[in-house]
Amino acid sequence: MAADTEIAVRCQGLQKSYGDVVAVDGLDLDVHVGECFGLLGPNGAGKTTTVEILEGLLEPDAGDVEILGMRWGKDDRALRQRLGVQLQETQLAEKLTVEETLRLFGSFFDGGRTVDEVLELVQLQEKRKAWVSRLSGGQQQRLAVACALVSHPDLLFLDEPTTGLDPQSRRQLWELVLDFKASGRTVLLTTHYMEEAHRLCDRVAIVDHGKIIAQGTPAQLIASLGAEHVVEIALEDGDPAAGEWLRQVPGVRDVRRERGGIFLTVGEVHRSVPALLATLKDRGLALSRLTTHHATLEDVFVSLTGRHLRDG
Amino acid sequence: MVRASHPLVELTRARMMESIREPEAIFWVFVFPVLLALGLGIAFRSRPAQPLRIAVQQGPGAANLAEALDRSPELRATLLPPEAAHNDLRTGKLALVVVPGDSVTYVYDPTRNDSRLARQLVDDAVQRDAGRADPLIVGEDHLTEPGSRYIDFLIPGLLGLNLMGSGMWGIGFNIVQARRKRLLKRLLATPMRRSHYLLSFMLSRFVFMILEVAALVGFGWLVFDVRVYGSISDLLIVAVVGALAFAGLGLLAASRARTIEGVSGIMNLVMLPMWIFSGVFFSYANFPDALQPFIQALPLTPLNDSLRAVMIDGAPLTANLTRLAVIGAWGLVSFVTALRIFRWH
Repeated sequence: MAADTEIAVRCQGLQKSYGDVVAVDGLDLDVHVGECFGLLGPNGAGKTTTVEILEGLLEPDAGDVEILGMRWGKDDRALRQRLGVQLQETQLAEKLTVEETLRLFGSFFDGGRTVDEVLELVQLQEKRKAWVSRLSGGQQQRLAVACALVSHPDLLFLDEPTTGLDPQSRRQLWELVLDFKASGRTVLLTTHYMEEAHRLCDRVAIVDHGKIIAQGTPAQLIASLGAEHVVEIALEDGDPAAGEWLRQVPGVRDVRRERGGIFLTVGEVHRSVPALLATLKDRGLALSRLTTHHATLEDVFVSLTGRHLRDG
Repeated sequence: MVRASHPLVELTRARMMESIREPEAIFWVFVFPVLLALGLGIAFRSRPAQPLRIAVQQGPGAANLAEALDRSPELRATLLPPEAAHNDLRTGKLALVVVPGDSVTYVYDPTRNDSRLARQLVDDAVQRDAGRADPLIVGEDHLTEPGSRYIDFLIPGLLGLNLMGSGMWGIGFNIVQARRKRLLKRLLATPMRRSHYLLSFMLSRFVFMILEVAALVGFGWLVFDVRVYGSISDLLIVAVVGALAFAGLGLLAASRARTIEGVSGIMNLVMLPMWIFSGVFFSYANFPDALQPFIQALPLTPLNDSLRAVMIDGAPLTANLTRLAVIGAWGLVSFVTALRIFRWH
């Protein structure tokens, strides 16, 4: 991204505590107009608190927030006209129909889309007359996004939009987000699915304990590992000292021991694996498991924090 | 049907749609008060005056005496052995037992109203039978006051009770539910005006209030011939003030609560004293004088008094201004307080 790109969201030194618990701890963020920006982190990392501050729903204890060149507390109504918001775990009124729900949300905005346009966008035309309580989880989530799209927003906030959804519903929602982005508008989403961040986001910030610990395009972040592949092995007898001599295997950049295995980050699988097997043979050790995969954002998170995204 | 209209219209419409799709709410708001009126109206219906049951204890001359007493239309006299007579008197089946003899004795409990009345009637009959002549001829003119039956008293009371209950439950329950489901927060993330949201509850209450009043007053009129002696518009004005006051109280009860259990507890605590003290089922004059200032300060008391004044006495609104002011003050203070302390998240 060029340095003079237009900024959709900017926050600096954001802080928020609940009693003794620090949820957001000095967070800086720049989201450019037209990009899809992802906050990736485990549950409890402070993603939702951050997003709700940006949405003007929470007051930060400290820090500066600027959204679409405007500020909360001054331009609230003008700002809300231009935002689309989907909150985590919002349950819409159960006994209203899909159409009634969209009409209600649409009535709050000047202009915006018609109910028909939004229904087509989220492919819920057939459910127009159905009560919200009769929708599947995926349909309810699409309706929640539809409520955010009804205003035809310039900036869309999605907080864990696909948590708890089946793979098909998840892909449908991804299509929605990609279409929205294709229209030149901005998305800020949070997720703890690295695949989602990888598929949707132009840039990703990895959040842990209320701070951003790494930021960049998914490709940049993975490249920061210095290697593109991960070899995962387990030894039949285990070996507490395995770390040291494994580092000497040609092509191995990093070694991580975890319950249930040893993870080697390598540049080239076809060179490192034969070398690894030869070393093991010399030492008289037998493998009980060997798998390899392309390095992912998950591996980036693990190498930065020593924990997995799903562990929280 | 495609482009949405004014947010206040949409919010109110959504509120009403949700309400009518909730069968339980319909039952408690419309059916329950009618069933209550029906049950109590039947149990406490006015009956023609029943003759008082008395007994003459067996003995010399008892049969003649019993026959003489039984001729009186207001007495039903039987002849009983002493033991049975005393037993029935003690258990309340008889109002009085006459022991015949040279000097007739009346056995009765002077703290029982029916016994005291029986004593008067029996004594008159006994004295006349013994030859007393009444020196003066008197005439009688029987009067029936309109609106003096129990059901006439009950229907306005149930109306007040219903305005209180549906106002508080209808608003409190729904707001806490929306807060718990984070729907309130979601709405705040739109340009919706907060005042529109709260006002939509008031407006939908207003529409339902008219239906509630129509259902209960219509039922009382059709089934029990309960009339509205004042004007219908005065009745509606009193009901509007009452409905809005309790909507304000409902809002206040729900302004902080995060759970349905929490708000239910608060509302029961607020409403229970009014169920008992505010003269819904019986006159609050039955309570000691020391309690009266407290009773008068409860919002349901002046509401019930005003409803009765309009329905039974046919009083004009001007006679109810003080009461309406008290009710209105409750509504205003709770609404303003609720707005200040309301928890949107």
